[in-house]
Amino acid sequence: MTRALINIPQKAKRGEVIEIKTMLSHPMETGFRPSSDGRLVPRDIIEKFVCTYNGEVVFSADLYPAVSANPFLSFNMVAEQSGTIVFAWTDNHGKTQVQTAAIQVE
Amino acid sequence: MGWLALALSLLSVWPAQAQTPQDPRKSGFAYMGRDTQAMQQDDLANPAMLTVLEGEALWTTPTGKAGKSCASCHGEARESMKGVAARYPSLDEASGKPIDLSGRIAQCRETRMEAAPLVREGRDMLALSAFVGLQSRGMPVAPPQDERLRPFREEGARLYTARMGQLNFTCAQCHDANAGQKLGAAPIPQAHPNAYPIYRLEWQSTGSLQRRLRNCMVGTRAEPFSYGSAEFIALELFLMERAKGMTIETPGVRP
Repeated sequence: MTRALINIPQKAKRGEVIEIKTMLSHPMETGFRPSSDGRLVPRDIIEKFVCTYNGEVVFSADLYPAVSANPFLSFNMVAEQSGTIVFAWTDNHGKTQVQTAAIQVE
Repeated sequence: MGWLALALSLLSVWPAQAQTPQDPRKSGFAYMGRDTQAMQQDDLANPAMLTVLEGEALWTTPTGKAGKSCASCHGEARESMKGVAARYPSLDEASGKPIDLSGRIAQCRETRMEAAPLVREGRDMLALSAFVGLQSRGMPVAPPQDERLRPFREEGARLYTARMGQLNFTCAQCHDANAGQKLGAAPIPQAHPNAYPIYRLEWQSTGSLQRRLRNCMVGTRAEPFSYGSAEFIALELFLMERAKGMTIETPGVRP
């Protein structure tokens, strides 16, 4: 299990635009790099990031080998109601890592 | 005159060894672009904090035959590890030789936890040393003034000014004589070890001071010393003395 840093405001006013910052610990190995024995290091990258807010997709992104290690993504959304925000990173092997965060909207 | 009295009183409470505004020494932080500085200062944008999180988890995970974790003996790292990274390398009483923080972590795990040795520059070692290092953030570098460390520190000073590699450079030629100038497009910092382990953007990963020193040695086309070698520990002893009183920034971000 890799680690993620997620920065969201714990509380927000209804209708407020909030900024969300996420960073996942991931090597983002391109698959083009030879290791010291001359063989290519197998590709291991995050291909898809999806953020859902109470079940609804609010932000998604496709990631490619040019994205740096430990991909950092930041985006804005409108806080409408209290609930959970789910962050899901899917790698090229189809494995998905999920983190959730709660937000309180007044 | 009120402000003068205030300034004087502030000076008197200033820790004896801390940096004063007149100090010509500058952390590598000062040479970075504003974006990179902001990345280091925000714990939720600093990628090295991912390494710290890993270390925090390892701290409380029992491992090895003794069934202990770091926390079994040392408890809350926030208290027990405060200021520890600021005074390493220090003298290992058993061997009479200096030992660096990674070496101490490895030793503790092997002898007290009876766990498999941690690889230097491996993920777990970096995680633990970053986590321990974080507990000294904001404190001044405080190298131990043990007389028995003196010959090793002198050896470090000798290495710092010894010509190395095909390019025949010394550390001092860049980092003392030409600090603040540029090497290609990159500024040459003063080489202070006050933010290690660092997340280096060029590496796209967290690395130790020794990895950084090896980088420089490869740059001068010298054969790098091996990880954990006596030469590196001597150099680190000297560099920490040279950075005495500077603020620890661990975990730093560097370009």
